[in-house]
Amino acid sequence: MVDKSILEIHKALENGTITSAELVNESLNKSREVQEKYNAFVSIIADAKGTDVTDSLVSGIPFGVKDNFSTKDILTTGSSNTLNNYVPIFNATAVGKLLNAGAVITNKTVLDEFGLGGTGTTGHTGVVKNPWDITRMCAGSSAGSACAVAAGVYPFALGSDTGDSVRKPAAYCGIVGYKPTYGMISRFGLFPFASSLDTVGVLTRNVEDAAIVTDVMKGKDSHDMTTWDSSNMHLKNALTGDVKGKKLFYIKELCDINNYNNPSKELVEHLENFHKTLWLCKELGIEVSGESIDQEILNAIGSVYVVISCAEATSNLSNLTGIIYGPRSDKKNINDMMIDYRTEGFSPLIKRRLVIGSYVLQKENQERYFKNAQKLRRLIVNLMKEFFEKYDGLILPVSCGSAKLLDGSIDKVSREAMALEDHLQIGNFGGFPSITIPNGFVNDLPVGVNITGNCYDDENVLNLAYALESKMPCKNQIAKEAN
Amino acid sequence: MKKQIAVIGLEMHCEMKSNSKVFSSAANSYNETPNSNIQLLDMAFPGTLPVVNKKCVKDALKVSLALNCSQPEYMYFDRKNYYYPDLPKGYQITQMDSPVGVNGKIEIEVNDKLIPVLIHDVHLEEDTASLDHYFDTSTIDYNRCGVPLLELVTEPCLHSAEEAVAFINHIIQMYRYMDVSDADTKRGQVRCDVNVSIMDEDAKDFGTRVEVKNVNSISGVQDVINYEIKRQTELKEQGRYSEVEQETRRWNEETMSTIRMRSKVDAIDYKYFVEPNIPKYRITKEWLSEIKSEIPKLHLERKYNYIESLGLSSYDAGVLVKNKDISDYFEECVKIGIDAKMASNWITTSIMGYLNNEEIDIKDFYINPKRLKDLIDAINSGVISNKQAKEIFNKVLETKKEVKDFLSSDNAQISDADTLISLIDNILGNNKAQIDDYHNGKTNLFDYFVGQVMKETRGKANPVLTKEILNKKLNS
Repeated sequence: MVDKSILEIHKALENGTITSAELVNESLNKSREVQEKYNAFVSIIADAKGTDVTDSLVSGIPFGVKDNFSTKDILTTGSSNTLNNYVPIFNATAVGKLLNAGAVITNKTVLDEFGLGGTGTTGHTGVVKNPWDITRMCAGSSAGSACAVAAGVYPFALGSDTGDSVRKPAAYCGIVGYKPTYGMISRFGLFPFASSLDTVGVLTRNVEDAAIVTDVMKGKDSHDMTTWDSSNMHLKNALTGDVKGKKLFYIKELCDINNYNNPSKELVEHLENFHKTLWLCKELGIEVSGESIDQEILNAIGSVYVVISCAEATSNLSNLTGIIYGPRSDKKNINDMMIDYRTEGFSPLIKRRLVIGSYVLQKENQERYFKNAQKLRRLIVNLMKEFFEKYDGLILPVSCGSAKLLDGSIDKVSREAMALEDHLQIGNFGGFPSITIPNGFVNDLPVGVNITGNCYDDENVLNLAYALESKMPCKNQIAKEAN
Repeated sequence: MKKQIAVIGLEMHCEMKSNSKVFSSAANSYNETPNSNIQLLDMAFPGTLPVVNKKCVKDALKVSLALNCSQPEYMYFDRKNYYYPDLPKGYQITQMDSPVGVNGKIEIEVNDKLIPVLIHDVHLEEDTASLDHYFDTSTIDYNRCGVPLLELVTEPCLHSAEEAVAFINHIIQMYRYMDVSDADTKRGQVRCDVNVSIMDEDAKDFGTRVEVKNVNSISGVQDVINYEIKRQTELKEQGRYSEVEQETRRWNEETMSTIRMRSKVDAIDYKYFVEPNIPKYRITKEWLSEIKSEIPKLHLERKYNYIESLGLSSYDAGVLVKNKDISDYFEECVKIGIDAKMASNWITTSIMGYLNNEEIDIKDFYINPKRLKDLIDAINSGVISNKQAKEIFNKVLETKKEVKDFLSSDNAQISDADTLISLIDNILGNNKAQIDDYHNGKTNLFDYFVGQVMKETRGKANPVLTKEILNKKLNS
């Protein structure tokens, strides 16, 4: 039953054909299975208990929480050795709201250490495998959440999205990944990576479930000054499926196969599949047009992201010294203690990013790197906002294709194709609402398409995705291990 | 060697008054018990976020306005990144790019003369935790962590320890008048970084600047400046001025000397950038003018007003404005019609004496201006003597009654001439021998008769009137 949609499960709970306790049990059993096969969890909450069924659609229903959300009395590691023994004394607001609504946490999911990675391979508990093909990655950083939802452990799991951390793993795992407008959901209790980009998001198997869960989590929070009042917004109610006359645009440079030198067979199929999806949009009555963006700007997206996110991360992770929490070093001198703790605790990837962040913030480098990146970020956001005056959203294929192999034998991605890998970061630059839904298969593996709209236009963006989803057979799909 | 001029700049940090800390909801109050005033953010638990205390922003703007600074269009904060165990987040939230105030100018009084002081900027930030070091351990108390701090930076425009001390005292007064800080030096609420250099009298360029960090008393600031001027001047005299380095030093109270911490070359790069968790907040003209209207008249302005308009001495005026509540009390007295000099005399002697002895605040003082007026009116109308007034003053305080309760019946001064005449006639009738002696030249017996009248009336006879009547009876 836990592999069904929230509405189906809620109905069953109300009818009494299943109890919350049975659902929790089923989810825990599946968790153990998934842990064995794909290594998706930091902790499985073995003593999780069923709750009363109420009017709230999520009541009594199990869910997963990315291990960078603070959970009271439950180990929360950020998938890092620096916090491998940290048990918080408070709940993140987003988690607290779901618990208050009666949802039940059955596991904490693996991420790339503190969210600083896109492969799902750098968590302190090891690599997360893709449930469609265990030789492939889930992408990240919300790897465990995407894996578990795709494997049918529960209908939804929390993720966080700083560059594409919800939306790319969703694509690789064949599910829905939604990042709402910045500040719609409180970040209080979310371990920060890059505060100006970080967004709480959700992974589900259909658009309606994403709307239901976000309706519960959203709202102004006195603990997070960047939240705003969305009480007049009802995402689930906005899903009418009527999108006639809506306008979407795609970026020509990214979607035209002729723009790529020696494109791989996979990329060719991926883009062909994307253009089929555009046809489906047109069938729905959506006007779709191609717009042009300077290739120079597209190529810079990745660098802008790296500079800004690493800079903020360097500062955000400075509280990790092992003095107050985390395994304290036994060195005798305070500087040695901090150095030892961080040297031992952080993985090489994160250290590299922290060094980059520190470098771009140095007085002599700030203007050249950090300030320039900020300028470019603003330029890109302004450009997008201009488009959003004409269009309801931007539609683009996610990544260069399906999930990549874990063993690193990936073809080197060409410079043009890099932009295809990076464009989801635009959503974080502007705090735009952005959703990825599965749009078919390439090489028997799922691929995704993304719709991004203007700030505060979440209802519109979700409704577009909802309508499009109904035209494709990928809704509610559960991973079937391919061979 | 040419005559040397000292050039001094101050960075003055002062803890502000507020219910809660500047970015967390923990109480902002002094607490002896370590780690009792703390919230999640004060220990930087992962995922916690700063929430700006609007009262602190308002008070900081108030100070900015009072210092005649210009205010930014938007309020926002910056992160100052460095690792130290008293800074749990690994960064301090402060203001670098756009402080609450820049380019200010005020006048302060040094030896009865006004001198201008230029303010580089004033900004709002958070205090750090406090550390205590023992033989082989250190302890951290996070109570102070996140307490609002106002940092005021002057231009290098002061020239002596005396001026620097006057400036600090002036600012402390200002803060107390505006009620933005208790500025209690005993509790370490005021801490200064002191920049000192020397230069030839006629030189154009400043000498090499030495910064002495974290001086936490006013006398310390004075000692540091005098010490540094002496040290730098001596080196210059010996032709070793090149040994004065641009460096950071600290003050050692035991040896009364400054000690090198680090040179400019090793200066920390704080990697400032805008705090992303606090959205930019627009400071409207309306809000600023509302804040401005809440700034009370400050001590220097009041002092000059007391001297020029009310005719007080510079000394008395200075005493009255030292504390805003006392100054407010005085102004209320004048407002309800008490003679300014008389009010000043009562306040600076009896009242302040009493407040000091009892250690109470004038706001809690039972004899409010209205009651003081009753008392002074009674003196002026001759109902009571000054001496009696003092007694009634004490009785009113003791019994918490009204002044009039002690003016009536047996307590009141006897100023009725007929009563006194019959009383005096009676006394003279019983002292015939003394009258003869008086008329035979023993004129000092006059005081004897006065004494008799006082004895008879238990001191309540109006002394002036008594003397007048006696004089008439004996000498005419």
